[in-house]
Amino acid sequence: MSKITQEDVYGWLDDVSDPEVPVLTVLDMGIIRNVQLSEDNGEVTATITITPTYSGCPAMDVIGMNIRMALLSRGISHVVIEQQLSPAWTTDWMSADGKKKLKEYGIAPPQHAAANSKTGLFSKEVVPCPRCESEDTQLVSQFGPTSCKALYKCNSCKEPFEYFKCH
Amino acid sequence: MVDHLYYTLQLADNALVIGHRLGEWCGHGPVLEQDIAITNMALDHIGQARSLYQHAAKLFNELPQDEKANQFQSVALSLKISNGDALEEDDLPYLRDVWDYRNVLLTEQPNGHWGNTIARSFFYDIFQQLYYTELQKSSDEQLAAIAEKSLKEVAYHVRWSSEWVIRLGDGTAESKKKIQTAINDIWSYTGELFNVSEAEQAMIDKGIAVDTASIKDKWLQRVNEILNEATLTLPEDNWMHEGGKNTQHSEHLGYILAELQYVQRAYPNMEW
Ligand SMILES: [Zn+2]
Repeated sequence: MSKITQEDVYGWLDDVSDPEVPVLTVLDMGIIRNVQLSEDNGEVTATITITPTYSGCPAMDVIGMNIRMALLSRGISHVVIEQQLSPAWTTDWMSADGKKKLKEYGIAPPQHAAANSKTGLFSKEVVPCPRCESEDTQLVSQFGPTSCKALYKCNSCKEPFEYFKCH
Repeated sequence: MVDHLYYTLQLADNALVIGHRLGEWCGHGPVLEQDIAITNMALDHIGQARSLYQHAAKLFNELPQDEKANQFQSVALSLKISNGDALEEDDLPYLRDVWDYRNVLLTEQPNGHWGNTIARSFFYDIFQQLYYTELQKSSDEQLAAIAEKSLKEVAYHVRWSSEWVIRLGDGTAESKKKIQTAINDIWSYTGELFNVSEAEQAMIDKGIAVDTASIKDKWLQRVNEILNEATLTLPEDNWMHEGGKNTQHSEHLGYILAELQYVQRAYPNMEW
């Protein structure tokens, strides 16, 4: 078997999706901080450093397990998952491809850089409807079915939709 | 150093207990969207608690062997320690009794009606935002990293609880009366946020903990800004409860732990 490279590992990680937003891979999400490979007596150890999205996100444990299974099934002997909290994860790290896939999936992607996020009271962010592109939409709640999403509804096509909020 | 452990537990217990309280609303929120909102926030707090307990467990395991005994009064935890086992994240929330918990009394106060819960979160969230902002400068890099991460979540909490205070205060005559009463009732639990425990003082001196005196004025100012907008006022009586940081709790914590710890106590080491 030929030597396993970092590129191989990144390729395999691109098959691991976020269980709560299955169209996004862990690379699209921007949660992979580092991949390190070491070899000892022919046994390869991969140390994968991930940054959690939200502190309480239950998907993180599942993602860790899925990464482990994906790499073990490709012949890596040991997988170490390390968590890195700082710098804190931001939606700015989400790939352009990821944002495109989100929209196609029906979730409005983060609109702008997290630093420009409006946190003023009762502030309103214009989030175009992922279905009909209308900007006449309305915030229902800052909190959605998962930590990373807010609830919106479209006043044009009347469909409710989720917004992956800037973070 | 044991003060470092106690201080980290103080932060962790606050996060766990407020998270548990908010989680009690699950399935009982006034409307579905708010039920989802409040349980999302519960999850944030419990997630922060996990990071803090992981750190606390590590700090405990690094203590010199002779310092490990007698740090906790709780029998189940002491037993594990005397067996020589390393502690893990879950041992700290599940195996400590009331008299080893260090959360402030504010966090354990009952949910009451929606307004009571909002009032409690309002004072706490604004405090938390200022506190974590300063904690980012801690000389303990892990605490600084946890603060940095948590701060992004707390920004949503502050916005949510502040908006609700305004909505209720500047709402109907009944909502105003209820939220004003709720604010008056919980006010006497806010003083302890700024009290400094012995362990905390030792950590302030080392540049690990935040000196709460440095954020008190700002906290009061922000609280008053929102209350003004909500046409509400703070009560004039400034007598304050205290004790939680020094493991002296109100009766409520016992009931919280009875529920939270039941499965681990009834079926030790059970996993699912
Ligand atoms: Zn639409």
